[in-house]
Amino acid sequence: MRLPAQRRRAANGSVWLKYIVHDLTELLERARSDIAASGDLRSLDEVRVRLLGKKGAITEQLKAVGSLPVSERPAAGQAINRVKQELQSVLEGRRAELERARVEAQLGARSVDMTLPGRGQVSGGLHPVTRTLERLRTLFERAGFSVAEGPEIEDEFHNFEALNIPALHPARAEHDTFYLRNGTLLRTHTSPVQIRCLLEGKLPLRVIAPGRVYRRDSDVTHTPMFHQLEALAVDTDISFANLKAVLHGFLQAFFERELDLRFRPSYFPFTEPSAEVDMQCVICNGAGCRVCSRTGWLEILGCGMVHPNVLRICGVDPECCTGYAFGLGIDRLAMLRYGIDDLRLFFENDLRFLRQFN
Amino acid sequence: MKVSIAWLREWVDPLPDARTVASQLTLAGLEVGGTEPAAPEFSGVIVGKVLGVARHPDADKLSVCQVDAGSDERLSIVCGAPNVHAGMTAPLAMVGARLPDGAQIRAARLRGVESQGMLCSGKELGLSQDASGILALPETLIAGMDLREALTLDDSVLDLELTPNRGDCLSVAGVARELAVINRTRLTPAPVEPVTAVIEDRFAVEVQAANACPRFVGRVIRGIDGTAAAPFWMIERLRRSGIRSIHPVVDVTNYVMLELGQPMHGYDLARLEDRIIVRLARPGEKLELLDGRTVPLDSDVLVIADGSGAIGMAGIMGGEVTGVSATTRDVFLESAFFAPAAIAARARRYGLTTDASQRFERGVDYEMQARAMERATGLLLDMAGGTPGPLTEICASSGLPQRAAVSLRRERLERLLGLRIADDRVGDILRRLGMRVAATGQGWQVTPPSFRFDVAIAEDLVEEIARIHGYDQVPETDAQIPQQFAAHDEARVDTARMKLLLVDRGYQETITYSFVDPALQSLLAPGTEAVELANPISSEMSVMRVSLWPGLVAVARENLNRQQERLRIFEIGVRFLAQGPDVLEQKVCAGLVIGSPAPEQWSLKGEAADVYDVKSDVEAVLRLSGRFDAFRFETAAHPILRPGQSAHILRDGSVVGWLGELHPEIARQLALTFPPLLFEFDFEAATAGRVPVFASISRFPAIRRDLALVVPEAVPFAKLREVARRAAGELLQSVEVFDVYRGAGIDSGLKSIALSLILQDSSRTLTVEDADAVVQAVVTRLGEELEARIRD
Repeated sequence: MRLPAQRRRAANGSVWLKYIVHDLTELLERARSDIAASGDLRSLDEVRVRLLGKKGAITEQLKAVGSLPVSERPAAGQAINRVKQELQSVLEGRRAELERARVEAQLGARSVDMTLPGRGQVSGGLHPVTRTLERLRTLFERAGFSVAEGPEIEDEFHNFEALNIPALHPARAEHDTFYLRNGTLLRTHTSPVQIRCLLEGKLPLRVIAPGRVYRRDSDVTHTPMFHQLEALAVDTDISFANLKAVLHGFLQAFFERELDLRFRPSYFPFTEPSAEVDMQCVICNGAGCRVCSRTGWLEILGCGMVHPNVLRICGVDPECCTGYAFGLGIDRLAMLRYGIDDLRLFFENDLRFLRQFN
Repeated sequence: MKVSIAWLREWVDPLPDARTVASQLTLAGLEVGGTEPAAPEFSGVIVGKVLGVARHPDADKLSVCQVDAGSDERLSIVCGAPNVHAGMTAPLAMVGARLPDGAQIRAARLRGVESQGMLCSGKELGLSQDASGILALPETLIAGMDLREALTLDDSVLDLELTPNRGDCLSVAGVARELAVINRTRLTPAPVEPVTAVIEDRFAVEVQAANACPRFVGRVIRGIDGTAAAPFWMIERLRRSGIRSIHPVVDVTNYVMLELGQPMHGYDLARLEDRIIVRLARPGEKLELLDGRTVPLDSDVLVIADGSGAIGMAGIMGGEVTGVSATTRDVFLESAFFAPAAIAARARRYGLTTDASQRFERGVDYEMQARAMERATGLLLDMAGGTPGPLTEICASSGLPQRAAVSLRRERLERLLGLRIADDRVGDILRRLGMRVAATGQGWQVTPPSFRFDVAIAEDLVEEIARIHGYDQVPETDAQIPQQFAAHDEARVDTARMKLLLVDRGYQETITYSFVDPALQSLLAPGTEAVELANPISSEMSVMRVSLWPGLVAVARENLNRQQERLRIFEIGVRFLAQGPDVLEQKVCAGLVIGSPAPEQWSLKGEAADVYDVKSDVEAVLRLSGRFDAFRFETAAHPILRPGQSAHILRDGSVVGWLGELHPEIARQLALTFPPLLFEFDFEAATAGRVPVFASISRFPAIRRDLALVVPEAVPFAKLREVARRAAGELLQSVEVFDVYRGAGIDSGLKSIALSLILQDSSRTLTVEDADAVVQAVVTRLGEELEARIRD
């Protein structure tokens, strides 16, 4: 579009010479390039004034419309306004951009060393035995077992007699028992919790009982206190086959791998039939190593079908109900799981040891 | 128990190799703990016959022997052993032989005489401890035979770790019986011929304790040679079983015990007075044992006595005085059945676990006594000569164990195992195990043999059948159990949750022994009665803990010694409180802090923690209950905590725990440079919580008013809060303290405390006047009750 008034108005010097053009398109182009080139808010504002200020190029153009023939005025006015709007939007865009850059620059000047450590507390950790115990609890609870506890000081009845271990039984030789002066004792296994659960008389029963146990024994592989987990299931038709299934499932879940098990006939006064369970060595995968004494097998727990005498003494009719029970060493499982080679470390509470499990 | 495969093979043939046998036994419940070779590795040693012995021309102590090495080969061997003589059969290490110690035999000149090998002692071959002379071999061996073959030295010895129920397997006969069952082969026992009496001599036996000793078999043998040596095969079998040959009578009784499982005893007849009496020990009675000790006898100990008093602990150990020796000519042999209940636990009480006591307390075949006596007599006569008297037996059959028939239902077997086993397989297993079996409609009537003391009920039979059939044959079947929802107490804080909270606040969990050092405990829990162990493992672990602090302090000390300078540790466990004759087990949570609350870091000042740091941890734990409002902390004096910096924790008015800094004086006594901060509280009290109950949230804005008060030092914040709450009434939502100040502008003896009051109503927006009225009421009441005034 031809804009005849421009050259005349430009003579007063209020408009940059370069905006004095014959063509709005050219004006727009030049303005765009100046806006893009303005490096800060001040120079951008200068450009704005030159274009849109009281004496700016666009303003002057609009004023000049009046000098056009009436018939050309609306079209010229519209065209100029379109350019004005366009420029306003480009200016605003650039302004926001420069503003953002200014803020960023300001913030950047106050940057910090993000490689420095964060402030505040650092978590401690659970004892590896607790960690193991919680895992066992989770696994068994998911399988439908509930958790029971019993006292650590027991009497002869719960620790021995009710478990079919009478006073002169040779099995007592294997339980080096700590006695208190009042004739009670520190439980030598978690099996007395079986008795307490059975005596409560709520069947069917599926329960685990973890806890501290005590034996008067202290050497490289024994500590006078350690942890056991007892499990008991009693119902109308619990079989040895169920026991095999539960142990295989549990051990594979605990070690998170496929494992072979070996059930060896054994003897516990409170189970019949009884078995000792060997697990394929998790260190050497059964090839034979120091941990498994080159046998490929690890003795992992004792188990069996609850002895009818035990059921009877707890008021359960062995003709109606059968059950299985097993007991395992939590500390031993922790050792195998984490590759710990000395049981005594658990009770020395050396922080350098404990922190390895955080 | 150690048992040689070669010996077993004599009873069970065919028998698989040692490795298979070990595995078979283990999987049948007779655990093989280890397998050892019967003799160490050596090679190139043959049977030699010494044909002639000549003095060495240049050495007094050496002789030059002509030795038949078989195949018409004669070797000249220089030998230093004093016992070498013509006609002797002895091991000959040929040139090139390798001995157990690794030495290789070479042709050598000894003081100018060539030696084409070496005659060996028992010790050099690892076959005995005897290095005093060369080993005399049985004359029957053929010269030139490889010694290993001639003596079956390529034999393995199994070390059986038997469970206490399987006393019947404490013998070659017993183990062989098991192997015959497992391999379904015949058992061929060593033949035992009754010995015909040559003399009429008997020695009187009186059994006063017939229930404890229902059978006593005895025999007099006169004129034995007490210096006779046992035959080589017997010495070897004893050796492989871990027993040394020492005396013909002892060797024979040991041998019979190993072979048949019947412990026996031989007395020097000349030293027995009057008669043998089997009775319980008398009050004050003492016995000198074979091992030289003299022990007092408890009244429940069964003894063998003679006219002079107790001469042996029946079934456990003989006495010194009446034992056999090299000069013994006449012996009295004892082969008795002692009831397990009469022997059990006595041996252990005296620290005398012997081969005999082990067998008797587990149960010896009560039909074996006469057979064992005949076997021993035969062996002894062969070895040491002598003339036997008649076998005498005293038997009170009513005291013998009874073997009642056990009925086993087919259904029971299947139900217990979760596996059906064919009837004929069941019958076969039981019969091979020596049981008498009668089929019934529903199953079997089974009478166990006299050697089994562990088969009394159907379940015992189930185990027998299962273990022989193979535990590996039982399938794995998931139990069908009805769905059950166990109770879950939502108002109770879980132990694991409490532990994790402390862990997240930087604490490391510890597990310490329940028994502690009484000295440390009396320092840290003075005046609290501790429960003592009757038989502690050591004096440092002799009393039950009454607090977890002794354990934690010990852990702290150890770790400080290991250059750990910052400690945050806790334990949740039981403490043991004496309650008259009883002991209360109380679960508590306890903690210990030394050093800065957080690890050393660039952006926090590493100031040591104080009671407020630890208090925030304790508060956090107590808040888990959702009933934090039920707890109060009150400054209170504790015997081991620093005065003025210790508090007890109350729940609903009862003391449930303590918190504070260890008294510096006690810290000094414990050689702790910095006194630790300690807490301990009752677990039950801390975890009894509540199920949350929703309260509606006010839609109206709250008003905050701050009060800067000046109060006497002695007025605790808790008191201010309590009075303020009472005075403010229902509009007060909370009152918090946001500043405590002492110093310039505040007179000494006073402190400034700044409180913020948050006021809110649930039904309307409070006005300034409402708030002013509350503040005024609070200020007035604090002034009246606690001498508090507004700070200028």
